Amino acid sequence: MSTATAFEKARADERAALVGYLPAGFPDVAGGIEAMTAMVDAGCDVIEVGLPYSDPVMDGPTIQAAAQMALEGGVRITDVLRTVEAVAATGTPTVVMTYWNPVLRYGVDRFARDLATAGGAGLITPDLVPDEADDWVAAADEHGLDKVFLVAPSSTDDRLRRTTQACRGFVYATAVMGVTGARESTSSLAGPLVERTRAVTELPVGVGLGVSTGDQAAEVARFADGVIVGSAFVRRVLDAGSDRAAGLAALSALTRDLAEGVRRA
Amino acid sequence: MSTQTEPATEGRFGRFGGRMMPEALMAALDELTVAWREAMADPAFTGEFQRMLREYAGVPSLLYDATKLSEVAGARILLKREDLNHTGAHKIRNVLGQALLTRRMGKTRVIAETGAGQHGVASATAAAYLGLDCVVYMGEVDTQRQALNVARMHLLGAEVVSVKSGSRTLKDAINEAIRDWVATVDHTAYLFGTAAGPHPFPSMVRDFCRGIGDEARAQCLELTGALPDAAVACVGGGSNAIGLFAGFLDDGAVDLVGCEAAGDGVDTMRHAATIYAHQFGVLHGARTFVLQDEDGQTVESHSISAGLDYPGVGPQHAYLSETGRATYRPVTDKQAMDAFALLSRTEGIIPAIESAHAVAGALQLARERPGSTILVNLSGRGDKDMGTAIDWFGLGEARPDDDAGSA
Repeated sequence: MSTATAFEKARADERAALVGYLPAGFPDVAGGIEAMTAMVDAGCDVIEVGLPYSDPVMDGPTIQAAAQMALEGGVRITDVLRTVEAVAATGTPTVVMTYWNPVLRYGVDRFARDLATAGGAGLITPDLVPDEADDWVAAADEHGLDKVFLVAPSSTDDRLRRTTQACRGFVYATAVMGVTGARESTSSLAGPLVERTRAVTELPVGVGLGVSTGDQAAEVARFADGVIVGSAFVRRVLDAGSDRAAGLAALSALTRDLAEGVRRA
Repeated sequence: MSTQTEPATEGRFGRFGGRMMPEALMAALDELTVAWREAMADPAFTGEFQRMLREYAGVPSLLYDATKLSEVAGARILLKREDLNHTGAHKIRNVLGQALLTRRMGKTRVIAETGAGQHGVASATAAAYLGLDCVVYMGEVDTQRQALNVARMHLLGAEVVSVKSGSRTLKDAINEAIRDWVATVDHTAYLFGTAAGPHPFPSMVRDFCRGIGDEARAQCLELTGALPDAAVACVGGGSNAIGLFAGFLDDGAVDLVGCEAAGDGVDTMRHAATIYAHQFGVLHGARTFVLQDEDGQTVESHSISAGLDYPGVGPQHAYLSETGRATYRPVTDKQAMDAFALLSRTEGIIPAIESAHAVAGALQLARERPGSTILVNLSGRGDKDMGTAIDWFGLGEARPDDDAGSA
């Protein structure tokens, strides 16, 4: 199911969609599925399943730590697909966020086929720009998958146009010049970027990087179609340590806070 | 006629190269590409670059006819003495070029990654010379192994950041430098240390290093009246090798030979022979060969030489191997250390262990083709490697004074 359906539903409710991220296999495969299911139950409209990778250049320390824990736990691509299948079964659109090399190694078309079979909506590709994505575009189109490319405050208008033309589902706007991670205040770069993006596409625009509270979510929801939260969720799981029940409770509480935030705007 | 070796599409070498990087850096990479091309077409820039190399870095380096090593080897071996450059390696060429370009672009801060510390020291040197702020990212493991180079960078005024993520070595230092750059790209330049990474780095670093090959070609013609039969260099990321090869790419009769670090052997898991392993992938912004597992996770490389201990390789090398214009052979730790000792004893030249891989490759070539002329890029000097040499050979114990008390 395309992420577009979740954005349409949110738009009909006159609110922004809440997109929640966790890496697969974190704290382990079953625990990750449980955590993402809890996020669905508490109000996430889209789930982003991270594919843990050895060299995550766009991620700050929090997500790096989670990915490393997942890799040390032996998570495989098949586990990521299994996670997608379980989360997508809830009826919530589920996308995979992945650096490019694991997909390339697995086989681009094979990955697209297996992701579609698992019920996944598509891919968010932080280190793949449309200029380099011919094989992915072809595979995604064949399998009806979302292609979510990133736009950044530094993107020129020309690049915004070309990038959004290549997108399907939604556009991922990186609100700050920097890596993932919770920040004290929302970025002043986000609003203008969303505005510039809206000028060149009809697709919904989700804003990510830095949001960690309901108040920040409300602030972003005032100008964006989606609020994307990652590190703050990861932090809840990290902080809970071996107390899985506490981690799930914290994830649910954060989801409710954020879900209330996107409705408050 | 260089059509065979230039990217058909900008930044591509066949199926290798490109820009596998976050969108946030695309504008900066475009800006850098334009600035670099304009600078290379501006005589004021190229003249200043040449002046700095000549007056500050000690370039052109000598081409040395290594007659005593040649006698042992059975072929005529010529050494391009990049080890005599300021800061002790070819890397000063690249950093002076990139730092000068940084200043031309009006940026005030440079960042760099370093493994053993050589590129970090060179970057800190260029930053000091050109008045730029400098931050060097270095894996925590490497800061411990190379404390002396950390001290050098401090003395030169650079800040050294110890990277604690991942395997805490060179590849993680690169990741951290990229993360810094994403956040600071408006005023910061990334002085990339090798001919890898996203476009324009592979081409730009090659062009800043190609003096090695251009000088060696002219020097060889002057010395011997002919071109060499082979040009040999070590390959980690591949900056010194591509700098050497660039001077000979159009000379089809000159064999180009890259020597990769085979560590304990390519049949073990402990090596850094990326081209030999031949697994296509993406690392640090380029499509190239990458040491990786079945799921595309980067695998840690191993080499006695920190400068060759990298799980990727520059995309033009991957391309040259695929077209057959250059060949690449693995050289083990032991073969490299044997060559390290042999060059020290025969010629009184202690090479960097990186460069000793090229010497070892040349010795193999000499056995295969006795009587030929083999030009070797001696990319760096071995002062930094004495700790490793002490451990490997058990050196450093002075002979007791037998005559003590007998007078």
